[in-house]
Amino acid sequence: MTRIVIVGASLAGLNAAQALREAGYSGSITLVGDEPHAPYDRPPLSKQFLIPGTERESLALADTALLGLTEEYGRRAVHLDVRNRAVHLDSGRVLEFDQLVIATGVGARQWPEPVPRQGVHTLRTLDDAYGIKQDLNSGVRRVLVVGDGFIGSEATSTARSLGHEVTLAGKGRAPLNRAIGDDAAGFVSRLHREAGVTVLPGVRVTALHGSQRVTGATVNDDRLVPADVVLLALGDQPHTAWLADSGLKIDRGLVTDVHARTLDTNGEPLPHIVAAGDVTRFPHPHASGLVTLGHWSNAVEQARVAAATLLRPDAPPVYRPVASFWTTQYGVKFRAVGLPDQADRTEVHEFDLARRRLDVAYYRNDQLIGALTANRAARIVAYRSQLAEALSLLGIQPARMSIASVR
Amino acid sequence: MSVRITVDMNLCESHGQCVFVAPDVFWFDEDEILNHKPKVDSSEYDRVVAAAAACPVRAIQVSKIGEEVQ
Repeated sequence: MTRIVIVGASLAGLNAAQALREAGYSGSITLVGDEPHAPYDRPPLSKQFLIPGTERESLALADTALLGLTEEYGRRAVHLDVRNRAVHLDSGRVLEFDQLVIATGVGARQWPEPVPRQGVHTLRTLDDAYGIKQDLNSGVRRVLVVGDGFIGSEATSTARSLGHEVTLAGKGRAPLNRAIGDDAAGFVSRLHREAGVTVLPGVRVTALHGSQRVTGATVNDDRLVPADVVLLALGDQPHTAWLADSGLKIDRGLVTDVHARTLDTNGEPLPHIVAAGDVTRFPHPHASGLVTLGHWSNAVEQARVAAATLLRPDAPPVYRPVASFWTTQYGVKFRAVGLPDQADRTEVHEFDLARRRLDVAYYRNDQLIGALTANRAARIVAYRSQLAEALSLLGIQPARMSIASVR
Repeated sequence: MSVRITVDMNLCESHGQCVFVAPDVFWFDEDEILNHKPKVDSSEYDRVVAAAAACPVRAIQVSKIGEEVQ
């Protein structure tokens, strides 16, 4: 009987398992995760999960019990032996496999020095979120969010909605600037300011203060920002340390080809070791070099392609996605498609802060490669179709998570 | 055979992922509320299942229903 091991009890890991079963695979599947939890949904952790009364059940994904898996949670993979097809766990156990799915994701980048014992948080896992939730729901606080990416910006919005006094400090010209460009980031920045958040763009936090409980931080070496709670949203670090001596190609993430196959250090694909989700970097025709898509829909779609590649090694599907992501801040839902962060030019078709409407198109070499809208749902659907069409004109079918494609 | 589609509008957050997968089955109205065909031909089954799988809040249920009585 074939043995498939999936390392990473994540959205991607779970979807790989689901896709394998839906395609009729009846061999063994072992799902390993370093957190002591079955796979759960992460996007709510920076949003509604932090609000009192929102319980763990709101993070539920598909029930693993229906998939016939061997589930190993609270166990970390520490080594991959490619030659002997074995994953070594921190418990000392060795899991042999015929085929492997790597979906270990990313972790929150940590502060480089010791931090005060209370009041300082990162946000990536359920346990992180429990800690923040407790701090945000025991009286009104001064909250400092360090980092202006999606997690920092969303958590700022949530903390503000809970009535806290919030400062958002980031390196960019405006929150989300690197992901969605200056125009859309300007819109988000205005929402933050309108809501009463102190936005500190273009700054570095250089020190955290407090011995037991955090008392504040120093910004740009000279300005003190007092705080009772500090959220460090400093970005991601791919969970690849355990693969360092595996011989798999790693380049700021685990490199895969367009079929979700990992590569050896010579760049040759390994058809029996695939990868999916935030940990991966892969080629895309709308980008220069490799891309990482740390989004929910990528974890789902790429995992399904990875599963299909394992089951059909002679005719693996191609993964050329129209990326899709969204973020909700101050009740405004932003929807984006494509690769806005790869653009060299934008066109702003609508920027109406009062009516909460936004429509920005992103171009690279005068080719549409992405779009972002707020309260313009029909337009984002049209942009998405246009991008799918453009990719198919390259002779490439954009990968869908179709079950048919797995069969 | 046809395929019944139900969307739990208490769960739907209008992420639009189903619309991306199957725009002729799911669409937004002017107020960004999701609309959908309640029933489609069984030949659409795989695509509708893919749309359901794409839903971040698992609001879409798809089921095969038997031969319709004429």
